[in-house]
Amino acid sequence: MRRATSMDRSPLTRATVLAALAAMLGLVLATVGPGGTAAAQTVACAPDSGTACITGTLRTSAGQPAVGVALEVAGPGGEQQVTSGPDGRWSLPVTEAGQYTVTLDEATLPAGETLRDPANNPRTVTVSLGGVAAALFPLGTPTGPAAPSGGATGDGDAPPPATGGEPGLDNTVPGTASGGGVNWDRVAQQASAGLVFGTLLALASVGLSLIFGTTGLSNFAHGEQVSLGGILAYVFTQLVGLPLLVSGAIAVALAAASGYLQDAAIWGPLRKRRVGMTQQLIVTIGLAVTLQYVFQFFFGAGSLRIVRSNPETVALGPILITQQSLISLGIAAAALGGVSYFLVATRVGRATRAVSDNPALAAASGIGVDGIVRMVWTIGAGLAGLGGVLMGLYLNATAWNMGSTLLLLMFAAVTLGGLGTAFGALAGSIVIGLVVELSNLVIPSDMRYAGALVILILVLLFRPQGILGRAERVG
Amino acid sequence: MSAETLAALQGVERVPGSLKPDAILVADDVTRHFGGMTAVDVKHLEIQRGTITALIGPNGAGKTTLFNLLTGFDKPNSGTWSFEGRPLAGVPAAKVSRSGMVRTFQLTKALSRMTVMENMRLGATEQPGENLARALVPPIWRPREREITAQAEELLDRFRLLDKKDDFAGSLSGGQRKLLEMARALMSKPTMVMLDEPMAGVNPALTQSLLSHIQALRDQGTTVLFVEHDMHMVRHISDWVAVMAEGRLVAEGPPSTVMTDPAVVDAYLGAHHDTDLGDDSVLSDEVATRLEAEVAAEDEQAERAARLEEKP
Amino acid sequence: MDWERILTLVAGELFAPTTAAYALAAIGLNIHFGLTGLLNFGQAGFMLLGAYGFAVSTIAGYPIWLAVLVAVACSVIFALILGIPTLKLRGDYLAIVTIAAAEIVRIVGRSTALTDVTGASSGLRGDSYKATFQALSPLGDGSTALGPFSYSNSSSNSWWLRIVGWLLVALACVLVWRLLRSPWGRVLKGIREDEDAVRSLGKNVYSYKMQALVLGGVIGSIAGIIYVLPRAVQPDSMGRPMTFWVWTILLLGGAATVFGPVIGSMVFWAVLMLIKTVMREVVPSTVLRAEQIEQFGWIIVGVTLMLLVIFRPQGMLGDKKELAINVR
Repeated sequence: MRRATSMDRSPLTRATVLAALAAMLGLVLATVGPGGTAAAQTVACAPDSGTACITGTLRTSAGQPAVGVALEVAGPGGEQQVTSGPDGRWSLPVTEAGQYTVTLDEATLPAGETLRDPANNPRTVTVSLGGVAAALFPLGTPTGPAAPSGGATGDGDAPPPATGGEPGLDNTVPGTASGGGVNWDRVAQQASAGLVFGTLLALASVGLSLIFGTTGLSNFAHGEQVSLGGILAYVFTQLVGLPLLVSGAIAVALAAASGYLQDAAIWGPLRKRRVGMTQQLIVTIGLAVTLQYVFQFFFGAGSLRIVRSNPETVALGPILITQQSLISLGIAAAALGGVSYFLVATRVGRATRAVSDNPALAAASGIGVDGIVRMVWTIGAGLAGLGGVLMGLYLNATAWNMGSTLLLLMFAAVTLGGLGTAFGALAGSIVIGLVVELSNLVIPSDMRYAGALVILILVLLFRPQGILGRAERVG
Repeated sequence: MSAETLAALQGVERVPGSLKPDAILVADDVTRHFGGMTAVDVKHLEIQRGTITALIGPNGAGKTTLFNLLTGFDKPNSGTWSFEGRPLAGVPAAKVSRSGMVRTFQLTKALSRMTVMENMRLGATEQPGENLARALVPPIWRPREREITAQAEELLDRFRLLDKKDDFAGSLSGGQRKLLEMARALMSKPTMVMLDEPMAGVNPALTQSLLSHIQALRDQGTTVLFVEHDMHMVRHISDWVAVMAEGRLVAEGPPSTVMTDPAVVDAYLGAHHDTDLGDDSVLSDEVATRLEAEVAAEDEQAERAARLEEKP
Repeated sequence: MDWERILTLVAGELFAPTTAAYALAAIGLNIHFGLTGLLNFGQAGFMLLGAYGFAVSTIAGYPIWLAVLVAVACSVIFALILGIPTLKLRGDYLAIVTIAAAEIVRIVGRSTALTDVTGASSGLRGDSYKATFQALSPLGDGSTALGPFSYSNSSSNSWWLRIVGWLLVALACVLVWRLLRSPWGRVLKGIREDEDAVRSLGKNVYSYKMQALVLGGVIGSIAGIIYVLPRAVQPDSMGRPMTFWVWTILLLGGAATVFGPVIGSMVFWAVLMLIKTVMREVVPSTVLRAEQIEQFGWIIVGVTLMLLVIFRPQGMLGDKKELAINVR
């Protein structure tokens, strides 16, 4: 058995974000049922001054004892394994007080049984010497009707990050009600949601595309810049208590600064060392992994709500949209407009595009390529941060892996638009946004991201230069 | 220049696209556009078998692009061409090579993290061990491997690289890499070799050795087509010269007369006013041989220094 | 501090089935990246497909050899689908496509639409597909202790699985060793360096890359089977992070070497276990919660990956002169 305690918090995130969204959208929502009482406390080990017991009873959904279920307990007193007995009971003595993580190996559940609340596996119990701590795992149908798939489960043996999967976002269905037939109102609703989603995605993709254009680097850590924006906004609204607008501005500024620092500390020196693009690409992956777990380390694996209130909804003809989304759309459009103006109409912007076209030529014609690249990193990270803040508001919560979930959609958008062209990324993002939301009408909503990724592969198959890109000279 | 080939070319018209008595490569209406620019637009081109033909022209004339097209490394917008009577348009690069037309590159593509010998072996054909399943059974491919190795050693000896056979190709000097690339191309015993700027980046003194290798190839019956900027080399060894400018073939003829063709002068003066059209006397064989010896010594020194550097 | 227990745990990692599974996956990736220079960032997709292929067909009642064949067939088809559009394009396209395709496999696998087949996000329980493998065990029931290590003979996380897993690793090593020293391997090496040069020498580069992609993918799918045999098929535990750990393992041990992936996997899991258990012992839970120690472990992995790639791209066993990490 490995990494028992590792057991991911991702299911927790998933369920929470899910619940938040469900509430926000006024969709179906049932409460996440409280723990349940299937298990009665029993004491098989005897607690004394030096010993405490962690214990529980497992019963199937039909109320029969669940036999032979493996559990692992890890904590200050070390790791121990136990299997539930013929009466469904299990217990373990521990000799040190503290927090223990109890992980149920779902693979060992009797046939047909699942955890009623998979988000609760593993669960943490606090143990004091001489006492008994119960860790209960009710079995039954997973709760959370808003997304039947929501019962994400952890597996005792799985490396945690893996399970860390894509919490919130795999399951959330922002602005949409899935199921039901196709009618024009629904199409309009989905299309508007797609437009909003695509515009917010564009904020992140444009930076990714600019960085690729000017440096040739596929930055797999760009998603973490998005997460960073969302998390910083959370920190300043919820932990510091600033108004949303102020904390959003600070978050974007800090995100931009992080881009500057990143280029100064990592990418600039790597370029100087002439470290190859493939190596740099793998470095971005290492950075992405590092940042994801840094976020988790400090903020946990749960979802983080930037604002606690539920947003007001306005009706525009057949379309229901939150005020927040409208304002976000406005801000995003303004930011994208600003970037476009900058690229087209200013000297520095034109220089940026020149570097994107042909760095060697640009350098030869007296453009300071390094300065441009530094600026692109700053702007790209800032835009991604803004995207993170707005996306966090749009999805009603942010999380450590919000960005990494979106990363592939960004790549799809950037590839679709033509690698390295900023306007292509913008157009590509809108298309991807629409595809993601509209595909909901025909395929199950939990597969909608797959639709966007299939498009990515098809584009590469038939038009690798993207929608707006030009065929390159080969060789 | 052998009398035979000279004789064969004697009666050939000195106009672009002229017909040759025994053409090994025939191209028709080959065009290639990049965006709005026409990089190549060749109406008709024939290459005489068993000769050394030079393809010259100012920068951006489309020589390398034509090379890429003919060898399958780029796709034309239109056009057909045949090699030894077999149509080659649309045939992938690897198959072009297998049909007997092997090329080298302007920027040398010696596989620098493989040894010289491995580079050479890679050039060989009909190695059954290059099939995944048979690779697992060494007895199937070992005999052929021995043949290949013997052939490679012979070639390396001829190119004076034999003592470097176990060195990484990356440790060779630029000129040695050019030699290696050419030797590697010869491993498949091609009927025609296409050399893209064989002299580019090569220490001038090493050129003589390269030139004599190219001439030796021709004398053994291999057809050579090469792209070159260096007019000295062109005059020195080629039997026939084709001139390109702005994607089109503008002149053809023997090296002694083609340089005076008004179309060629125009083409060069249009692009470079200061291009020296070449003078044989500059590179007499004696001078070249002496320089070559000097460079060989230099290379050896440089290499020794490089080895010392690598040691720690 | 209970060093004996810690060292036992760490030593146990060295030959755990999961370590073998990751070693196999890294060997597959080594054929892609180390030998050919293909940027496959979807190795977890191959593993997950292998796991699904094996588990689903076993549950459907297929005998074990057929189930393994199904798993292998899945990965072959997957490799073809991935390779056909991308192997003619620039290297980073393959990276994006493979990572996307692996995600598609995971997303589709965990979709409620396929609950009957894949069990959606809760996956497939180990008991439902372990039986055929356990039935092959000659070791019988019960458990055996060798020194401090005590595992069951045949069921789940067993000696039997360890034996089979490491035998497969050894077999894969022999395969790679043979191929590395064959003319076939020489062509791949050439492609890694400069595919145009190899093309100019008459080799069908596309076909070789495809062979490498398929072969590495097949090894990946078998790694997936070994990975899920002691546990459950969990789509979410076989996502992008898994691919990244495989990469870290490969680069740690040394790409383009025979034993690099194996050493890499052993060191990776043992050191991770060492760090985590020592931290659990040393750091009071008031300072760092159990899951924070876990996360700290992964942060170290991320930083290690970055530092490795920058400062020692040849890994522990590689030769810097021979490793071309850069693919165009």
